[in-house]
Amino acid sequence: MNNRGKMTDQQQLYHDIGVIDFVVVEMTEYLDTHPTDREAMEYLNHYVRMKNQAMQEYAMKYTPLRISDAQFCKKGEWEWATTPWPWEGGC
Amino acid sequence: MWNYEKRLQFPVNIKNPNAMLAQAILSQYGGPDGELGASMRYLSQRYSMPYNEVAGVLTDIGTEELAHLEMVSTIVHQLTRDLSMEEIEKSGFANYYVDHTVGIWPMAAGGIPFNSCEFQSKGDAITDLFEDMAAEQKARSTYDNILRLVRDDPDVYAPIKFLRAREIVHFQRFGEALRIVQDKLDSKNFYAFNPEFDKCKS
Repeated sequence: MNNRGKMTDQQQLYHDIGVIDFVVVEMTEYLDTHPTDREAMEYLNHYVRMKNQAMQEYAMKYTPLRISDAQFCKKGEWEWATTPWPWEGGC
Repeated sequence: MWNYEKRLQFPVNIKNPNAMLAQAILSQYGGPDGELGASMRYLSQRYSMPYNEVAGVLTDIGTEELAHLEMVSTIVHQLTRDLSMEEIEKSGFANYYVDHTVGIWPMAAGGIPFNSCEFQSKGDAITDLFEDMAAEQKARSTYDNILRLVRDDPDVYAPIKFLRAREIVHFQRFGEALRIVQDKLDSKNFYAFNPEFDKCKS
C-alpha cells in the first residue's frame, strides 16, 4: 500500500487480514490440485492460525468481521449489523 | 454451506463517480464473462464431478468468484453512488437509471440481462474443464479491456488489476484439474468414457 504510513491502527490490521487471507485462499486452491504437498499444508496452517488471531483481535478492538467472532465484541450491541458494510468502505 | 466475512477480498475505495466506467465494469458482474457466470459455472459443475480434488477446485474457486462478484458490485456502486442527475443524462447512464436507479443489477455492458446461457454445466469432466479454462481467459481479456478504460483512475485500476491476476491463477488450477482427470482416464482415448455418466469399471 502506498499510503501505509498514513493508516490508522484499525486500517493497518484490516489490511493485514486481507494479506493473510490472500495466502489462505491461494494455498487452499493450490492444495486442491497438490494434495500431498506437506510443506504447503504447513504453510497454509500457519496462515490460518495467523488469520484467526488477527480476526479475533479485530473483533475485540473494533468490530467483528465474521459471526464466529461476534462473541469477542464487548460493546453491548449487535455491531455486525450496525457498523458499515464493505461496499461502503467500512471496516 | 457458506460463511460470510464482512470485508472485501481486495480493498475498493473509489473517490470519483464515473457513470461511463460503471456501465463498462458492470459487465464483469452480469455480462458474458462476468463473475456471476463464473461462480455459478463452477458451483453448478461440481455435483456430478467424480474426482474429489477436482470438485474441491470447483468449490474453492467458485467461492472465490463470489468474493469477486462482491468486489465488482462494490466498484459499480462506488462509481454511481454520488452521481448527479446531470452526469446521468450526459454519460449515457439514463437507460440503466430508468430501470434500476443506482441499484446493482446483473447485465452486460451492452444492456443484455444476465442469463444462465452465459455458462455451461455439461456433465462431462473434460468438456467442463475446457470451458472453465476458456472462461478464465475470456474474463482476463475483459479485465484487460477494462484496464485500458480505467487507466486514469488508480482507485479503480488497482482492484481490477487484482481481479485480472486471479483469472490467470485460476486458469493454472483448472489446467492442473484437467490433468488430474486425464490421468485417471484411458490415455489412448480420453473420450471413450465420460466419468460423470458412464459406470466406472474399477
